[in-house]
Amino acid sequence: MFLTDYIKTVYGTLGSLLKGMRLTGYYFTHKKEIITQQYPEVRPVLAERFKGEVVMPHNENNEHRCTGCTACELACPNGTIKIVTKTEVNAEGKKKKAIDTFVYRLELCTMCNLCVQACPSDAIIMANNFEHSVYDRRQFTKVLNLPGSKIMEGVE
Amino acid sequence: MISLESLNRALQHWLQSTLGDPWAYLVMCVLVGLAAITLFAVLGLALVYMERKVAALMQIRMGPNRVGPKGIFQTSADTLKLVMKEGLTPDGADKFLFNFAPFLVMIAAMLVLAPIAFARNFQIWDLNIGVLYVAAVSSIAVIGILMAGWSSNNKYSLLGAMRSAAQIVSYELSAGLAILSIVVLAGSLRISDIIASQADGWWIIKGHVPALIAFVIFLIAVTAETNRAPFDLAEAESELTAGFHTEYSGMKFALFFLAEYINIFIGCAIGATLFFGGWMPFHIGHWEAFNRVMDYIPSSLWFLGKTLFLIFLIMWFRWTFPRLRVDQLLNLEWKYLLPISMINLLFITLMAILGWHL
Repeated sequence: MFLTDYIKTVYGTLGSLLKGMRLTGYYFTHKKEIITQQYPEVRPVLAERFKGEVVMPHNENNEHRCTGCTACELACPNGTIKIVTKTEVNAEGKKKKAIDTFVYRLELCTMCNLCVQACPSDAIIMANNFEHSVYDRRQFTKVLNLPGSKIMEGVE
Repeated sequence: MISLESLNRALQHWLQSTLGDPWAYLVMCVLVGLAAITLFAVLGLALVYMERKVAALMQIRMGPNRVGPKGIFQTSADTLKLVMKEGLTPDGADKFLFNFAPFLVMIAAMLVLAPIAFARNFQIWDLNIGVLYVAAVSSIAVIGILMAGWSSNNKYSLLGAMRSAAQIVSYELSAGLAILSIVVLAGSLRISDIIASQADGWWIIKGHVPALIAFVIFLIAVTAETNRAPFDLAEAESELTAGFHTEYSGMKFALFFLAEYINIFIGCAIGATLFFGGWMPFHIGHWEAFNRVMDYIPSSLWFLGKTLFLIFLIMWFRWTFPRLRVDQLLNLEWKYLLPISMINLLFITLMAILGWHL
């Protein structure tokens, strides 16, 4: 009884060890299983929903959709966004609030997406770019609205 | 045909005719020492590279591939880094023992090199108790490891060294019994005799199943004696940071690291000699034509190929099996390997007496 148990243990152990070795041996001989991406030479394929940084899209006439409502600034949990507003006089002589600078501090951003969800006019989106390294951290403070840009026609 | 044997003989002849007897002998000694050190350096670089590549492929990674084509200069770059680093000696350490331990480990590894036959008639010292010498001298490394662990004045180092010593001492037994079974079959302790006895077939084939069992036990014991996973609890980094070489840095650490790989090479070389016929080409009985073709492959390549195959097996173990606990380790040795190898030795003795082997 003892002897059969003993032999069974040895046999079972060897079997399970060989099973493990078969798997690693399979990986060793099949190079197509390698999952490493050769990053700088081969660009990674990112999902569209990947959150790399906040950007403000502009159309070809240098117009954005931001009304300066500061909903994103309020939604941001760690003070990443700072909106400086100004009052503009439009063609009909009416006074109107507009953004002067949309300051975005990348080094504070956790890519939580709350600002994008809070925006009522879809002015900001998350971009895929993830290569953010710079030599000076002051370069992390970005102004998202392009110089001389205006609010798009029809966005309130 | 140029072989290591003819080169060696020509060099010896030339030295003897130009320098005379005592000086030629002295110069040969120096040359052998230089060759051993060169071999160590090359082995260290090549085996570390091999280990990293094998590990990477088994873990579905790429491994070193930036320094040089396919990363072959990665280990050279690492060595350069280690040479330039400072070799720290901790304040509380026993200075002499601390600095002496890595050299002792290296010396033990170097001494075992003496009786290994690298090619046909190419051996540093063909002494008549070659196998016994290897088994005895390889245990000196334990003293170096204990020395390193004790003198570091660090609890992790001491624990690692104690574990390592317990492990090496207990696995020495089954390694010795596995070696003994081949000695019984070959009827000699001299390495060249053991190789000559395998001219018509390697022992692992001629010895049937008992030789295979002895080989498996030998392989397990070698893995344990070189402190490699799954028996790496002497340096288990999740428990003991790095075991006995926790406090070592720079070149002193590199010596321990190198000694580990040299010990693997030597263990596998002994295994290849005992079970796979060393430099002996693969021969099948009376197939004269086949045997002739096999003889064309240089004997040094046969030896290197077999040794590298065994090293690959041990690397395969390392990257597949999880680490054992201390009690499991001792269970495996005293409850399984030792009784099995004793009964196996009895079987092999019976086989040798009755002449059942081929």
